[in-house]
Amino acid sequence: MEDQDFFSKSAQSKYAKKIKKFTRVKESAIKFFFAVNGTMALIFIILIFVFLFKEGFRALDHIGLLDFLYLDRADASGTIERVSQWYPTSEEPRYSLVPLILGTLLTAIPATIISAILGIGAGIYLSEVANPKLKEFLKPMIELFAGIPTVVLGFIMLVVGASFFNDLLNPANRLNAFVASIGLSFVIIPIIASLTEDALHSIPNELRMASYGLGATKWQTVSKVILPAAFSGVSASIILGFGRAIGETMIVLMCAGNAANITSNIFLSVRTMTATIAAEMGEVSQGSDHYFALFFIGIVLFTITFFLNLFAEIIINKMRKKNTF
Amino acid sequence: MEIKKRKKDLTGFLALTTVRAMFFFLVIVLLLLLGKIFIEGMGVLSLEFLIDEPRNNMSEGGIGPAIFGTIAVTLLMVVFTVPLGVCSAIYLNEYAKDTFFTRIIRTSINNLAGVPSIVFGLFGLGFFILFIGKNLDDVLETGLLFGQPALLWASATLAVLVLPIVIVSTLEALNSVPKSHREASYGLGATKWQTVREVVLPQARPGILTGTILAISRGAGETAPILFLGAAFFLPSLPIADLCIGNYCIPMINPTEQFMYLAYHIFIMATQSSNPTKTMPLQYGSTLVLIVLTFLLNITAIIFRYRFRKTLGRL
Repeated sequence: MEDQDFFSKSAQSKYAKKIKKFTRVKESAIKFFFAVNGTMALIFIILIFVFLFKEGFRALDHIGLLDFLYLDRADASGTIERVSQWYPTSEEPRYSLVPLILGTLLTAIPATIISAILGIGAGIYLSEVANPKLKEFLKPMIELFAGIPTVVLGFIMLVVGASFFNDLLNPANRLNAFVASIGLSFVIIPIIASLTEDALHSIPNELRMASYGLGATKWQTVSKVILPAAFSGVSASIILGFGRAIGETMIVLMCAGNAANITSNIFLSVRTMTATIAAEMGEVSQGSDHYFALFFIGIVLFTITFFLNLFAEIIINKMRKKNTF
Repeated sequence: MEIKKRKKDLTGFLALTTVRAMFFFLVIVLLLLLGKIFIEGMGVLSLEFLIDEPRNNMSEGGIGPAIFGTIAVTLLMVVFTVPLGVCSAIYLNEYAKDTFFTRIIRTSINNLAGVPSIVFGLFGLGFFILFIGKNLDDVLETGLLFGQPALLWASATLAVLVLPIVIVSTLEALNSVPKSHREASYGLGATKWQTVREVVLPQARPGILTGTILAISRGAGETAPILFLGAAFFLPSLPIADLCIGNYCIPMINPTEQFMYLAYHIFIMATQSSNPTKTMPLQYGSTLVLIVLTFLLNITAIIFRYRFRKTLGRL
């Protein structure tokens, strides 16, 4: 900009000066336009935050914060019983989020464990074992699998997977947390696999060479040198996968059975936070307590995934800084 | 010594074989599932199935309106999201310096990509329908036209959902344009905007297209956000209205109506159909159509990007 000022001062005619000024104003107007567009992602995050909280916090007008945990309920004989149930439409509505949160964890945690094992295995295979030509073909394939719509996975788990596991394990409910977590794994494995592959791939080749030079075998190099060096990247991928498992809707809506049980039995039907919003938002009357309570669940979901993502992002950024040797 | 070494090698061999086995186990399971959909779905797939509307309480007929709805929604979504995403990426890559503020923007792009899709549905309901829609109705005095679930708001919400995809692919494309090209342009006396418009953007076009295709494929497959944003179980007519200028009328997508959606159609047929076993072939057929659609889009995007990277690698 300073150079341009210099030239405009030395320009001869008034006309030339005018053009320069016009160009400068136009350029800064264009820059401003792009800057406004550039902040859109941030603006939308803030808008999501504001409008979730705007609707969700109105739930607290009628429902106490403790009611989201439990309700003290007197039965016919007068004894007071502490219940944690999600029955928003009954005469005496109960809004406890405990069964929903437990349901979410009971599907998300097994899914993350299964996906971590298989996903990291697949990532190691892609980065360290597969020959480069095969890898060029297999990597896009993982991407392709990551692009399968979740409703398709939900459908196939519902019609094929549920029957398969029903015959195999004979669970208490045909649709249960286990079937849902297998379905979720199909979504999360590609995520963990490709992020693990990235993390392993970003380890400088010198480390491998040094390890081989010391006489280590391939597996020793992978397990003692590469994996520890890529530890932060791999753990970030697991956190991201877990966040995705918590936020996934269609698979758990179709396969988890949707009964709000408080249980640690993986073969029983459960109901997750996402499935509750999806199933009930369509029928609820706007402005009712139930409606605001569903938004409150949205706040809980958004907050959990927001911090998980932030955490993973911080780990990945640290890893990038560390790996620029 | 010799024995010890061989023993170590054996563990290594076993471990590497396990890793390899894991990978191919995954591939085989996925191919089996896809193969099942393919075999069952091929039976009903025909031109009539793609064009016809559902008949006889959704137990017969095709998925024409659902396909139309999917195309209409994603088309509008692209109109919203691509200009926004491309301009956003241009700002971040060409204009902005690496400050604390731009780092926050980059973080929020990643974070936006990680927001659960059902939360986008709540956002669409709270922001687009109840805030923007209701206020539009008050200002324009249109009664209840915009303040209800409709095609317009579903595409707007999906546009926010796929925005990170467009931004990230455009950023990658802009980033891969060599710096020397920009410098050459400045050297010829071009301004920043002229450089961006004439030098950088034309070279980044394939990358932008890749992002657009990926966004369409993601948008077409999403179900959760549109559940309460206007996706309908069954509609007797397509969301079309005649746009008249004088005496000349052309049929246009009517963004204020509800719509059928292929992904939602699969969900409804699988879970709320009156006779799930009877409609099973139809369900497999719809699933096959959706999966073929997303695969074709994704493969196109992958091939595009591959060729794009190869071209730039030569520069």
